[in-house]
Amino acid sequence: MRVKVQTRDLNVHYGRVHALKDVSIDIEANSVTAVIGPSGCGKTTFLRVLNRLVDLDGARVTGKVFLDGEDIFNGVDVTSLRRRVGMVFQQPNPFPMSIYDNVAFGPRIHGIRDKKRLDRIVEASLRKAALWSEVKDRLHESALRLSGGQQQRLCIARALAVQPEVILMDEPCSALDPVSTARIEALIKELKREYTLVVVTHNMHQAARISDYTAFFLNGELVEFGKTSQIFTNPAEKRTEDYISGRFG
Amino acid sequence: MTFLFSGRKEWNEKKKEVILRGILCVFALIPAIILIILFSYIFSNGISAINIDFLLNSPYMLERGGIFPQIIGSLCLVSVCLLFAVPLGVLSAIYLAEYAPDNALTGIIRFFVECLAGIPSIVIGLFGLILLVHYLNFGISLLSGGLSLGFMILPWTIRASEEAIRAVPRSFREASLALGATKLQTIRCVVLRNAFPGIITGVLLGLGKALGETAVVLLTAGSGLESFIPRSLFDPVGSLPVYIYMLATQGRHSSTAFSKASGASLVLLTIFFAINVSALLLRNRYIRRMRGEIA
Repeated sequence: MRVKVQTRDLNVHYGRVHALKDVSIDIEANSVTAVIGPSGCGKTTFLRVLNRLVDLDGARVTGKVFLDGEDIFNGVDVTSLRRRVGMVFQQPNPFPMSIYDNVAFGPRIHGIRDKKRLDRIVEASLRKAALWSEVKDRLHESALRLSGGQQQRLCIARALAVQPEVILMDEPCSALDPVSTARIEALIKELKREYTLVVVTHNMHQAARISDYTAFFLNGELVEFGKTSQIFTNPAEKRTEDYISGRFG
Repeated sequence: MTFLFSGRKEWNEKKKEVILRGILCVFALIPAIILIILFSYIFSNGISAINIDFLLNSPYMLERGGIFPQIIGSLCLVSVCLLFAVPLGVLSAIYLAEYAPDNALTGIIRFFVECLAGIPSIVIGLFGLILLVHYLNFGISLLSGGLSLGFMILPWTIRASEEAIRAVPRSFREASLALGATKLQTIRCVVLRNAFPGIITGVLLGLGKALGETAVVLLTAGSGLESFIPRSLFDPVGSLPVYIYMLATQGRHSSTAFSKASGASLVLLTIFFAINVSALLLRNRYIRRMRGEIA
């Protein structure tokens, strides 16, 4: 198993609140890791540590986090980290610009100006996000005219345009209808061939459908982590079993 | 439920509501009525004075001639004012909204900005007179007038810009940062771009205030009856509000004086109207962009 992202004794405090407690986890490259747990258990905080968006939240972070063996809090430039570790948010948040400009935003920020090159990147990213055929004739229309599911796929395309290695998804389907959800789930399974995905989800069935590994968080603690098939059929911890069988949540 | 109320009581309640609605409607119409009366009065008094000569000639002997240097003067003053107040206002707003920590110093800065907004314009004019005209020796000039006007509208440009910047949703900033943009890039490419219409609206409103300001300009820029266009920043400069003041007070209360003053007022009101319409169109454009109607 090739490890892409690793945390060791990760602790996050928001003032007095201890949001993550001694989290140590190894995330395998080219896999989908689902992060499940009840509300407030620290799933989103965990995700935001991995691309250091947690820096914006006024949190105190201790412990180590490694991307390909490099400590992301020490000696790695945060903007290049965020280029390598992309994020898709729960509420689709395309910029109020054209579809083209949304996808081209990342590459332009990183200095790519050549129009032909941008055209190629935009098309490739939209194809990878399974959105190209739907928008290829209206790239210069406002992104806000797309449906919720399309907007979310646009956000995925936008994240792909900067050629990340890891993609973090925070409940990407929770604001979407079942049809869009199914499309994005199919997309996630496709994407793991090229990328490493970490997907937070409230929906255990979704976790079981899409992921190779599952991490169960409860009250800031990583209670159990392992292959999805094992977690859902034969969990080692009682708390995991209780959550999965719906005894609480 | 009707059996709970006697028919009589219900009818009284309904009557009260109708009367109240009528009264409130009348009250709401009062500002519109005042505006219409004001405009009609000025219009009827001033329209006779408006002709090509009036708009393109210079004033002479108080009641003769036109207001061309005054129109140009007002525009020059407002330009100097904006050149000072807009960059300073926007940059201050960026600092306050994006970088300033939540501490006592920031609180003090905000308090001072609010105080500046409350200072009466005549006091600002006096300050401009003492500091710019006399102490720094700029003299009665376009520069002294423009800068004094700038001091006056600065709190408004800061406030409007800060509000516009804060109104940009957090989700846009996070999306930008998550793509690997620096904070500066995020401010330039996402925040300012989206705050732009709000900032421009604030600028236009400040422009309107500066255009109509009489006390400040009277003390620092010129007598209002200049017959020349300023050739440098240090020349005195005429302006519409001061011209109106002069004609209304120094004129021999003749109909010519009043009609010229009203004519100048019409020109001023037209410029105001144009500014307000531009502000409205800009807001409209912003709303349409947020709705996705335009990209």
